[in-house]
Amino acid sequence: MDTLTSLVLIFIGAALINNFVLHYFVGICPFLGVSRRVDTAFGMGCAVTFVISISGLLNWTVTYFVLRPGAPLPVWVWQAVGGDPAKQIDLSVLSYIIYIFVIASSVQFVEMYVRKFFPHLYRSFGVFLPLITTNCAILFGSLEIMKRLQDPTKLWGLHEALALTLGGGVGFTIAISLMAGIREELDMCDVPKPLKGAGVALIIAGIMAMAFMGFVGVDKGVHGVLSALLK
Amino acid sequence: MKRDGPTALERFINGVLPENPVYRQLLGMCPTLAVTNGMKPAMTMAAATAFVLICANIIVSLIRGLLKPHLRILVFTLTIATFVTIADRFLAAYMYEMSKQLGPYVPLIIVNCLIISRCEICASKQSLGVAAADAVGMSLGFAAALASIATVREILGSGSWFGISVLPAAWPGWGIMVLPPGAFLTLVLLLGIAEWMSARRRRAPERQSETESECSLHGHAH
Repeated sequence: MDTLTSLVLIFIGAALINNFVLHYFVGICPFLGVSRRVDTAFGMGCAVTFVISISGLLNWTVTYFVLRPGAPLPVWVWQAVGGDPAKQIDLSVLSYIIYIFVIASSVQFVEMYVRKFFPHLYRSFGVFLPLITTNCAILFGSLEIMKRLQDPTKLWGLHEALALTLGGGVGFTIAISLMAGIREELDMCDVPKPLKGAGVALIIAGIMAMAFMGFVGVDKGVHGVLSALLK
Repeated sequence: MKRDGPTALERFINGVLPENPVYRQLLGMCPTLAVTNGMKPAMTMAAATAFVLICANIIVSLIRGLLKPHLRILVFTLTIATFVTIADRFLAAYMYEMSKQLGPYVPLIIVNCLIISRCEICASKQSLGVAAADAVGMSLGFAAALASIATVREILGSGSWFGISVLPAAWPGWGIMVLPPGAFLTLVLLLGIAEWMSARRRRAPERQSETESECSLHGHAH
């Protein structure tokens, strides 16, 4: 499989087949909290896509050069201080702390940027913009990248990491925008009282999850089409 | 007599039912939905979350005098991340199969809104005893919620409970219940029942005028 095909497959896998929200349940908080209006939901999706790509990029770099087993930087330091070269150096125990630090910093950066250039969007996000830090989807993207950097024989490159995180962000945007569209219509409906608000939103999410299960197997078809086109 | 704040016992009881993290506050949705396809993963997740929540609340409560307003969220997350690393290493060492099955959801405890919100709302303002009692109560409430969802999903989905089969072997097993849509639908069902029951109890003319405790979370983001 050539590089382009595998990138497209990773992207589709993260965006549709294993949608971050509807298959892995990450990012449910904003999915339920910021999905009342389509424009706000779309803005939130774009912000998450941006942050997840930036932090995926940074965390890939940190993992590749410092944190993975046998990474170049700690090995070089270890040998420079005269350690036994046969020993394997593995700093992955530090990875969670470093990931969350990187994510918190990039969210701070995005918050400053949005407040300066899109004050309207900033007001409609409210408390949910700083809460992107605690959006599971962002950390989940970094953890998936880390999983692909453990086996030294088949390491993921930066392009694959970016395809995964971009796909995850796009999948989140699709899911939250669809949800907001449905909920805007739902305002007119007579919902049973105990299910008002979060309850009915979760029912919609369940039905959407069922619909997204229909994407299983799409990757084979896409693979066939792409290999026919690229031949 | 005028009180300074909630007592430890109040906070403990509050976490279990009146402010149940899942059913009343809709916090910690990610593990609630993701690991409840069986009782074993759900209870392991509840135990790991309880460990992290209690330790983080204790530490945050001890350093609450040193916190700077603009850096506090960062301090909370780094504290939590440290304890999550400990829990993750422990699971990988002693319960390898379970650790594989839970996969990324153990590190995702770091971004569980439940823990951060308890650090922010309670532990950073209250003394050690109150914060610890609050954490224990919230952990119990979270475990109870996970157990209720996992019970429904595992019994209907695979006809077993904690891996022991409870339904006759002819039970077809509703595949959808252990798949992602089943998680959403079970949660809605139990959430609706909880709402309905509390609405019915509220209609009965009784202690409506409960004084709201200082740690309570009314009008939270959801």
